Amino acid sequence: MIYDERLLNVTVLGAAGKMGSGILLLTAVEMADLSLKPENKGKTFCLNAMDISQEGLAGLMKYLKEQVMKIAEKKSVLLRSLYKERADLIENEEIIREYVFDVMNIVRPVTTVESAYHSTLIFEAVIENLDLKKKLLTQINENNPNKPWFFSNTSSIPIHVLDEAAKLEGRILGFHFYNPPAVQRLAELITTDKNPPQMVEFAKDYAKSLKKVVVPSNDFAGFIGNGHFMRDSLHGIHEVERLSKEMPVSEAIYMINKVSQDFLIRPMGIFQLIDYVGIDVVQFIMKVMNPYLPDEDLHSDLLDKMMNLGVKGGQRSDGSQKDGFLQYEKNKPIGVFNPETKTYTKIVDFQLKCDEKLGILPDSWKPWKVINFSKDKKDQMLKSYFGELAAAKTLGADLAKKYHARSKEIGKKLVADRVAKTKEDVNTVMLTGFFHAYGPVNDFLK
Amino acid sequence: MSKLRRKVYMAAGYNTISMGTGRKEFNPKKERAGLEYYIKEAGQGTLKQIGGAKNVDEGSIGNFMAARFNKQGHLAGFIPFIDEDLQWKPCIRTEGACASGALALMSGMKSVLAETAEVVLTVGVEVQNTMKAIYGADVLAGAGWFKNRKNGHAYFFPGQFSERAKAYYEKYGMDYTRKGMKQWFVNAIENARLCPTAQEYENTVADLGAFYEGMAPNGKTFVESLNVLDCSKVSDGASAIAILSEEGLRRCGIPLNEAVEVAGYAQVERNITNDPPDKTELTTIKKAAHLAMDMAGISINDLATVEVHDCFSIAGILSTEALGFAEPGKGAQFVAERNTARDGKIPINTTGGLIGWGHPTGGTGVHQAVTIWEQLTGKAGAAQIKISNEKPYGMTINMGGDDVTVVSVVYRRGDL
Repeated sequence: MIYDERLLNVTVLGAAGKMGSGILLLTAVEMADLSLKPENKGKTFCLNAMDISQEGLAGLMKYLKEQVMKIAEKKSVLLRSLYKERADLIENEEIIREYVFDVMNIVRPVTTVESAYHSTLIFEAVIENLDLKKKLLTQINENNPNKPWFFSNTSSIPIHVLDEAAKLEGRILGFHFYNPPAVQRLAELITTDKNPPQMVEFAKDYAKSLKKVVVPSNDFAGFIGNGHFMRDSLHGIHEVERLSKEMPVSEAIYMINKVSQDFLIRPMGIFQLIDYVGIDVVQFIMKVMNPYLPDEDLHSDLLDKMMNLGVKGGQRSDGSQKDGFLQYEKNKPIGVFNPETKTYTKIVDFQLKCDEKLGILPDSWKPWKVINFSKDKKDQMLKSYFGELAAAKTLGADLAKKYHARSKEIGKKLVADRVAKTKEDVNTVMLTGFFHAYGPVNDFLK
Repeated sequence: MSKLRRKVYMAAGYNTISMGTGRKEFNPKKERAGLEYYIKEAGQGTLKQIGGAKNVDEGSIGNFMAARFNKQGHLAGFIPFIDEDLQWKPCIRTEGACASGALALMSGMKSVLAETAEVVLTVGVEVQNTMKAIYGADVLAGAGWFKNRKNGHAYFFPGQFSERAKAYYEKYGMDYTRKGMKQWFVNAIENARLCPTAQEYENTVADLGAFYEGMAPNGKTFVESLNVLDCSKVSDGASAIAILSEEGLRRCGIPLNEAVEVAGYAQVERNITNDPPDKTELTTIKKAAHLAMDMAGISINDLATVEVHDCFSIAGILSTEALGFAEPGKGAQFVAERNTARDGKIPINTTGGLIGWGHPTGGTGVHQAVTIWEQLTGKAGAAQIKISNEKPYGMTINMGGDDVTVVSVVYRRGDL
């Protein structure tokens, strides 16, 4: 079955979710582009957007229309050639509208799983619940005569576990998009020994067509991205627990967040990142990964405490940041939560004191957004900065060096445990998926 | 007409800010000033310098496509909106694509020449940031023949001038040509930085040449032979100027040394349904410029400065050849050697031109006249260049479409 035919009838499970909607968007656009090829004229492409939430599906269609419009506007040069034979479409606006219609016309919002019985490719993007995934995949597999391929977006459950649970005979692989799928260029590809080679080839072709950077990851819980992020988060949390013996928890959170952002030149501090992903999501992923890691305890009492207090972070449907470890105003942190007092303390009330404790940043320090986009000067800027950091004797520098060492250790462990094939793969995931300015496995600090 | 039957002057020019990307106050997501605001600001800016609207006999307004950019036609009706003393006076709106502004000047000059008006208030305006550039490209494509739209580029006019650039590359060499185009861009930004109303006034790029070189043309995302720095920007703006007879100057109390006299002009039209006869030549501009200079009885050696229609850098280079500053094929070199820079042999576009100051399409023709008036009367502020008595003339070239409608005007200071 060639590439185009495999994409004739596709289902996205959990299409109205954060990840599902992005996967649906990218796949709908890919399928529409295929449908516009002269050799596919007359073929009906069908993409089932399956979700149990009617409300979610209504929102999805609105999101889809807006996003497809933006995509169409950006690729107007190409669209003019795709619609060259259509004499009735002259202006960009007419062509863009037609393209949006053609993409939307492929998508069928549905609430029942039966729609997937005719598909040849199924994307699974439901919540990280093994029992639910097992039930859905089993039901579709038993009722679908096409022996479909399943691409799971799970970020934490091993693929072979899903394969065995749903008796899929190797017709499942992990295609892990990063959030948001439409923007993030990274995708982790998790294959197993049982995968048919043509399925793996198709996955690579699909990724290439979507202009994704694919990093292969072995089938270990959490794969590369969460394998690093969860452990990195735990390090930050443990540092807070250590520091908070001598200071209020909120001040310790502020300091570790600042160290992990400013001192380590990252796009955001570790607690802001946890809030961005969602405290509930982080807690959940750790819970899913933990049973598969016999030598480690991927668990945090602090996360449990936050969840018990109902402080979850995450984002609202308009993309604005909800309060979590940090309190936000226009998506910028203005306060820090203290689980002891269950209140937020304004950062301005203690910032000066904490910044003095941490000490000044080295002279050559520049913010992440400056260094990350400095192209050919970036490496030299990082070398100079870390050279100065190594010599610095401040508390901030000490915490940063320790944090940096732990991040590197996690990266090396992912290679040693054969989750990642190479250290370059680990670095690519952190550079591309987490927008770090440098990969964790580096020699900036000896 | 080989000579003007009556003296025609221009004075009291005014430019609004050229608003759009590049200006710090520009935010496409927030509501912004509309068409009427720009018309009013520019019109009142001129009225304040001529003793008020009571001194005005007539109004003319140039605009290209408000009917699509702003869903507003009937722009002459906005002239009385500038000042209630303009109510019940004759007003006219002109349209000739990006030469609409200069056609409004033409209308005013003809009224003064016909002795039906002593003072004409002329405004040029366009407010284009009402839509994304990809849709704006549809609107601007109206400056070409609609039957060519289907086979044209998504960005229609950049596509047209990309073809001209390509033809020039093929004839004279790409690297050679792009050196000239790069210098054109550098001059435009450096000049705009001296003019507070320019869209690129706040441009802080340290190495403009390297910035330009870092952006190679990419036909997949834009057009084949131009980068975005080769193109004028999307602008909102208006300009106004008064066109007066000698009687008009007396009425408004404007001394001769604060006015410019129109020494000659020409307006030339090319058949829009034909392709340009030679892609490497701006034939209509060549004809119009020489007709205007003939009427003024001067040659290019008498010009102190020129405002040319650099909607694209390649149009700037071709203009140096059309005017006769460089032989065919030598324009790129002429520009690359800084001959058109503000301290060069012939300073061109001293406040940035369309690439640096901005290009509110229907307003550009009037903006060019205001710039020449400023330069010849010593009112150009930080952008002022030296005007010598040996070379006292200035000239404007305003082009509509792909060298279809062209207006050229030659000026000298009123007291010379």
